[in-house]
Amino acid sequence: MTSRTAGEPLVRLSGVDKWFGQLHVLQDIDLSIDRGEVVVVIGPSGSGKSTLCRTINRLEPIDSGEITIDGQRLPEEGKELARLRADVGMVFQSFNLFAHKTVLENVTLGPVKVRKLSKGDAERRARELLDRVGVGSQADKYPAQLSGGQQQRVAIARALAMDPKVMLFDEPTSALDPEMINEVLDVMTSLARDGMTMVVVTHEMGFARRAANRVVFMDGGRIVESADPETFFTRPTSDRAKDFLSKILTH
Amino acid sequence: MDAVTDNLALFVEGYLTSLRIILVALVGSLALGLVIAMCRVSPVPPLQKFGTFWVTTFRNTPLSVVLFACAFGLPELGINRTFFFFGVLGLVLYTSAFVCEAIRAGINSVPAGQAEAARSIGLNFTQGLRFVVLPQALRTVVPPLGSVVIAMMKNSAVVGAFGVGGDLWSTGATLTSARGYETLPVFVGVAIGYLCITLPAGALLQVIERRVAIAR
Ligand SMILES: Nc1ncnc2c1ncn2[C@@H]1O[C@H](COP(=O)(O)OP(=O)(O)OP(=O)(O)O)[C@@H](O)[C@H]1O
Ligand SMILES: [Mg+2]
Repeated sequence: MTSRTAGEPLVRLSGVDKWFGQLHVLQDIDLSIDRGEVVVVIGPSGSGKSTLCRTINRLEPIDSGEITIDGQRLPEEGKELARLRADVGMVFQSFNLFAHKTVLENVTLGPVKVRKLSKGDAERRARELLDRVGVGSQADKYPAQLSGGQQQRVAIARALAMDPKVMLFDEPTSALDPEMINEVLDVMTSLARDGMTMVVVTHEMGFARRAANRVVFMDGGRIVESADPETFFTRPTSDRAKDFLSKILTH
Repeated sequence: MDAVTDNLALFVEGYLTSLRIILVALVGSLALGLVIAMCRVSPVPPLQKFGTFWVTTFRNTPLSVVLFACAFGLPELGINRTFFFFGVLGLVLYTSAFVCEAIRAGINSVPAGQAEAARSIGLNFTQGLRFVVLPQALRTVVPPLGSVVIAMMKNSAVVGAFGVGGDLWSTGATLTSARGYETLPVFVGVAIGYLCITLPAGALLQVIERRVAIAR
């Protein structure tokens, strides 16, 4: 185990390969993410963005290569892995709030069961976080009683309650009605401003320009291009990226 | 109905013995079935294989064969216990396979995203099941599990017949064969005895079903 050093990336993928049967979904992926860095991942459907995101907390195991978080190699299934996952927040496209628990219970479950916080402390912190994402008044409702935008903000609070080192977002606004997209993006933008390390798969180019330090473009399981947003959107180098941008920016 | 009224004490004793078999088997098969279901859905391949093997074995073997193997096979291996023990053990092993499958179906009815969200906040496999998946599976599990439990209650008669003795079924058998009472009234009494177990159980199940349906 390497000790943490200041210059070392927080998340590092090196030579990562992943297959789904015959399908080579991730091909020799190298990616380093520094502390406080916000990386937006874009690319056509099926290019492997979700899979990339899910390998970082090992919701998907990889076939070869190495992933380290804060200098620590991702452990195999078991106690160690659970501990590491607690440090990696994840926000899903479909929210995945615990349907049988209230909003408050959704946010306190991890802190109480994993971090061993007392119920009182966990609730105090949960209410702070719910206020921060603007759903403090919904604490005692069940997820099904909330709008999509509210649910997604609760999901962000749930992830933040674990004090994660890095947050992963897999298309957090794709399942939302247009009028709710901004309320979620605003929360994410403020998180980015506060220095959270983030990996965000999204089609929201406005967010990428506003909040990202770097845009990573994926196609066919490979990282084709990686650049700061300004460079990427104005002067993409690969034909694939040019083609992709022309499609999404015209409508 | 003289047969029943004359031997009321015997019937009551038989009823209580049946109840005892059923209660022990209920706790045992629910606990074991849950453990086997957890094996089947666990991320550890050897445990999955073990769970599948268990279910395949006990779901596809007649109860009488399982009981025979327990009552006469285990003593040959040097395990000596009472018939009651072997009888209940056989019933527990047999029923656990069905309990497992009912629970597993319930677990599979919970969207995969729930378990993923549980894992992603750092809950381990058992915590994820316990705090997130199983409570949500409960709603779909109760009705099929109820059928399994009631089948088990009736199967307890086979256990009695196998030599545990003294339960409702064997009481009936003794009265008709050894003491010469007429078969029909005696077994009407036996049937009533079983109904006095299964009907309240069914009613209780409905209450539970209603409860878990409301609890979100
Ligand atoms: N569990 C799975 N089993 C088999 N194939 C899968 C699985 N998950 C994803 N795939 C396939 O892997 C490829 C990459 O999927 P992935 O979900 O990572 O793409 P994506 O870039 O996130 O796409 P989208 O923009 O549509 O979400 C796709 O071809 C998909 O069909
Ligand atoms: Mg995706």
